[in-house]
Amino acid sequence: MSISDESVANGRTGIAVRLRGLRKTFGDVVAVDSVDLDIADGEFLTLLGPSGSGKTTVLRMIAGFELPTAGLIELAGTDVSTLPPFQRDVNTVFQDYALFPHLTVQDNVEYGLKVKGVGKQDRRARASEALASVQLDGYGSRKPNEMSGGQRQRVALARALVNRPRVLLLDEPLGALDLKLREQMQVELKAIQRDVGITFVFVTHDQEEALTMSDRIAVFNAGRIEQVGSPSDVYERPSSEFVAGFVGTSNLLREETARKVLGAEGVFSIRPEKIRIASPAAEPANNEHHVDGTVAEVIYVGDATRYVVDIDPGGRLVALSQNATTSSSQALEKRGERVRLMWDREYEYKVHG
Amino acid sequence: MSAVTTEPMTSPPSGGSSSGSAFLYRHPRLRLTGLLTAPMLWLGVLYLGSLAIMLIAAFWSTDEFTGQLIKTPTLKNFHTLLTGQVYWVVALRTLGIAVAVTLIDMVLAVPIAFTAAKVVKSRGLRYALVIAVTMPLWAGYLVKGYAMETMFINNGVIDWMLAPLGLKGPGLGIPATVFSLAYLWLPYMILPIYAGLERLPDSLMEASADLGASAGKTFRGVVLPMIVPSLIAGSIFTFSLTLGDYIMVKIVGGTTQMFANIIYDNVGVANNLPLAAAAAVFPITVIVIYLLAVRRSGALENL
Repeated sequence: MSISDESVANGRTGIAVRLRGLRKTFGDVVAVDSVDLDIADGEFLTLLGPSGSGKTTVLRMIAGFELPTAGLIELAGTDVSTLPPFQRDVNTVFQDYALFPHLTVQDNVEYGLKVKGVGKQDRRARASEALASVQLDGYGSRKPNEMSGGQRQRVALARALVNRPRVLLLDEPLGALDLKLREQMQVELKAIQRDVGITFVFVTHDQEEALTMSDRIAVFNAGRIEQVGSPSDVYERPSSEFVAGFVGTSNLLREETARKVLGAEGVFSIRPEKIRIASPAAEPANNEHHVDGTVAEVIYVGDATRYVVDIDPGGRLVALSQNATTSSSQALEKRGERVRLMWDREYEYKVHG
Repeated sequence: MSAVTTEPMTSPPSGGSSSGSAFLYRHPRLRLTGLLTAPMLWLGVLYLGSLAIMLIAAFWSTDEFTGQLIKTPTLKNFHTLLTGQVYWVVALRTLGIAVAVTLIDMVLAVPIAFTAAKVVKSRGLRYALVIAVTMPLWAGYLVKGYAMETMFINNGVIDWMLAPLGLKGPGLGIPATVFSLAYLWLPYMILPIYAGLERLPDSLMEASADLGASAGKTFRGVVLPMIVPSLIAGSIFTFSLTLGDYIMVKIVGGTTQMFANIIYDNVGVANNLPLAAAAAVFPITVIVIYLLAVRRSGALENL
């Protein structure tokens, strides 16, 4: 493709996608606003956010299905902001898979090669290879409606990957699968991405999925990016209250409570699994903060138990403890008990603002 | 019935209408009988019955001097039709006109239906377009027929519009008949295609573009194959309506005859009902063959 030739000539192969000041409005509604983002070659980047946060709109603008109201989209150093989808070196895996129902699986996978004029022999071979890479060899002669949801998902992936795009865009591709299959596909997708070395831009509202698969996560809220960083960055050092609340569950200590418990000004986030639950007489270590309270709620979730504690200075903290040595009945007995919560100071993270 | 649902849950249903519907609820067969008796009588007796009588009458004949019906079975009418060259000419002409009308309607209907179903984003505008498409159906047949005559007649509207270019319209005749019928039946082609396109997910067209296909390739590779059943559904309307039409050709056809005119003239002027009945077998046969041929395409589910 001319796009990649040019980028090699420019020596700008490091950045696959560059977004600058991206904005999209639908009538009066601002769907995406001032989005700046660089996505590196070979990176697995996830756009994470609640529905309506603009993540899918950003993906659709990169694909070319929507034109930005303002801003710049560069693919490998070339401005593609106003190019139609068929002139962009990206491919998309759609949420509903969008397989062509009138074509066989083989013809679906060959479609992109066919419209680009690749010869029949070559087409056959590459499509079969792509189907094999998603463990679907031998399914070529079937129609999409003869396949299960998980299989269709793989066909959609093969149909996109066979074109060896510069960037693969995935729009909540696992949303329609059941939990077991979704977890299996998460692992497989990540493995495929490592194998082919193509840049993946993945849209999801599932924070666990984002944490599992991504090299980096861009957290969206109300059309803007709140934070970009590695999964551990976003999880352990959320830059805003929104990120702290959306990515995993978080305890936020603010104002009066923060002053009393931590002796500091500002808003602080502590993850539930960092909080130790102990008897009221327990002595905290030197590097630990502590607060006393009464267990209000015990939620047994199988491998762990979630304790909701009303703390004496006012407010609630959630502590998560693994059920390594506690049974469910032992855990449930804790309701109404006085406890002392303790945590290492290094896990208090001051949230911006 | 609503009486049942508005009853308070605590008191058992009482009163004529609710106990009647409760009785019907327990007897589904009786319910079905009640629903279908009237329409089945209509369809069975009036429609199929008259069709059967017509097919029987096709084997009767008339006395050439008195015009009296002779109810002795004979193949005379079919012999007359199959050996008369004029009948063959008219039959082939009628088929040709039906095919032309169908093709013209397809070519006109696809862009209109596509615009209404896929291009227009506002729901209100979309419905306005669909209503506009069906609007011609609100006017009477003859009104549209004579409107078409003023278009095509010598020194009519078309001649007047073409005059500055030094051209002349086709006048009354077969082309005028084809265009008038195409105009008349266009809504019947647009509506099934619109319905088919509305069911076509946008993501399929996006996927095609995403895989590198230009708009034209997407249309040929994805849209057209997906709406084939709709095209066939529409063509069943335009084709059969054209085969049965004898009025428009009288108004704008000049001296042209279509097959239905043969039937009409034998009923009226010639007073030969058995020959008319035999002639009516031709369009029925053509339509049945066409329906059998398209049955496999899934078009019949699109009607």
